[in-house]
Amino acid sequence: MNRIKQLFQEKKNILSIYYTAGYPNTVDTIQIAEALEKSGADMLEIGFPYSDPVADGPVIQASSKQSLDQGMNLKLLFEQLKDLRKNVTIPVLLMGYVNPVLQFGVENFCKSCAEVGVDGCIVPDLPMVEYEEFYKGYFEEHNLSNVFLITPQTAEERIHKIDGLTNGFIYLLSSSATTGKNLEVGDATETYFGRIKNMNLKNQTMIGFGISDRKTFDKACSYANGAIIGTAFVKAIENGNIEESVSGFMKEFK
Amino acid sequence: MKYKVNEKGYYGDFGGAYIPEMLYPNVEELRQNYLKIIADVDFQKEFHQLMKDYVGRPSPLYLAKRLSERYGANIFLKREDLNHTGAHKINNTIGQILLAEKLGKKRIIAETGAGQHGVATATVCALRNLECVIYMGEVDIERQAPNVARMKMLGAKVVPASSGSKTLKDATNEAMRDWINNPVDTHYIIGSVVGPHPYPDMVAIFQSIISEETKKQLLEQTGSDQPDYVLACVGGGSNAMGMFYHFMDDENVKLIAVEAAGKGVSSGFSAATTYLGKEGVLHGSRSILMQTPDGQVVEPHSVSAGLDYPGIGPQHAHLFKTGRGKYVSITDEESLDAGLLLTQLEGIIPAIESAHALAYLEKMEFKKGENVVVCLSGRGDKDLDTYIKYFNL
Ligand SMILES: Cc1ncc(COP(=O)(O)O)c(C=O)c1O
Repeated sequence: MNRIKQLFQEKKNILSIYYTAGYPNTVDTIQIAEALEKSGADMLEIGFPYSDPVADGPVIQASSKQSLDQGMNLKLLFEQLKDLRKNVTIPVLLMGYVNPVLQFGVENFCKSCAEVGVDGCIVPDLPMVEYEEFYKGYFEEHNLSNVFLITPQTAEERIHKIDGLTNGFIYLLSSSATTGKNLEVGDATETYFGRIKNMNLKNQTMIGFGISDRKTFDKACSYANGAIIGTAFVKAIENGNIEESVSGFMKEFK
Repeated sequence: MKYKVNEKGYYGDFGGAYIPEMLYPNVEELRQNYLKIIADVDFQKEFHQLMKDYVGRPSPLYLAKRLSERYGANIFLKREDLNHTGAHKINNTIGQILLAEKLGKKRIIAETGAGQHGVATATVCALRNLECVIYMGEVDIERQAPNVARMKMLGAKVVPASSGSKTLKDATNEAMRDWINNPVDTHYIIGSVVGPHPYPDMVAIFQSIISEETKKQLLEQTGSDQPDYVLACVGGGSNAMGMFYHFMDDENVKLIAVEAAGKGVSSGFSAATTYLGKEGVLHGSRSILMQTPDGQVVEPHSVSAGLDYPGIGPQHAHLFKTGRGKYVSITDEESLDAGLLLTQLEGIIPAIESAHALAYLEKMEFKKGENVVVCLSGRGDKDLDTYIKYFNL
């Protein structure tokens, strides 16, 4: 079975961590994954960098740029990920923008994901219609989950459509925002989370964008099956020893 | 209608709406409403009234005598440079601001390269009393200082884009990020025929007034509404699309699109997208863009800020791929020389963008009596600094 499905069957309050591949140093990709699993992360989202990340705020923009400047690309990332499953057992998703995937070839991309033990993908600017019409077959053939995002503005009918198309989890944005904004759960957000909860979706949900610490994580977990931390983690590993900064960041989630 | 958008938002292999979910509700709202709103009688009335009384349309179609002598053909200039604010960009911003009002939007954002689209947007926002935020690359803020001042006078907030090449592409990224973070009351006035569907079609419709008028004016002046050639420069491609629009389905009219070669197509400092680019996705649509084999967008170069963009609109990609349009390029130096030539022969100082289209005349061979229309997309006031430096004026 796909590791993502298994995780959601077995666990609540899932903590997923996003980080940018090849950042702070090109060679760090696998070491960060191993350190995260060791310090208690339940799932990983490894970002493959893109030159024009329109859905990202300054921190992930900067990490993407640094990673690219240091020579990261999809080919190199898949090389590195050959070692992923030596020590990492938790589910791993790749997250990034569609153009690098198109240039790599969608079929080739899905095949490479499967070969290195990646369980799913999040490609925010790959539209549902194109996915359904052209690419879904490749994802299914390689047993990859493709995760879609929804925001407070996503219409109910569309949420059901997304729920039908996806088979990992649904990525619930706390608000329509670029990455790195803080989670503010006001009445409107609460109503929205509640509305989603009552829709009885077939997929589980994870809340992302704006989760930065234990407090915001716990809050998110009261509305969903877990939450995703990105910007705050990327910031935390900027300098210094990877092992130390990862375990330091993860301490409060123990 | 062979070259127009289909019901899925594509032009052949190009187009679509490759956007993150956060942008979907806004883009979908536009998609569902733009044709209906534009077709509305009241909308048309107000649009045309403003085009006439505020923009100063129709813009003249001027038979340039001395230029014609030089090239041995009848060279007509479509004088978009005489529009209010000095370029074709205002045709689009008038259309979009009226549309934004109909959609109940309260806040307007836009990207700008040369600053012409920023000025045109700030202008219509002043006119209609709407809040206005303009994103502009840091490099462009420096090389287009007068336009920055204009936008500020018009009440717009100018926000520098300091990522990437700090030019038009990065300003566009910032505008998209703003729209993601302001999902309800904001309309994004994209300045060219780029972006997710329906933008390329919508902007083309507003700019199509250029060829609509040209046809009538040609008929009056030459007895035929069918020229042999039409030429226009291409940044994202909006003045070119406006110039091509009503000639596209008439295969007798040759369409020539002039891109910016920068310091030369092979110099590593170029914006000649069709020559250097490959198919891919940029700013929400599938088109042709300059990129690395890994799909990272390459930073372009052109002396003219308005052409300094690594992509072209999806409809242009389609015209290029089908061979309907001929896509060529002109270097920085060739364009500046052509700008000076027009000034000296006709007393018109063109925008450096438009000078790219003029420069290609030097490379063409005409039969006597052929009718050629060049879209003079803008005036050169904003470029005086660049002209001064290049010619030691
Ligand atoms: C005078 C002028 N011409 C041409 C352009 C290029 O844009 P487009 O290709 O959309 O016409 C610009 C852009 O700023 C401009 O100011």
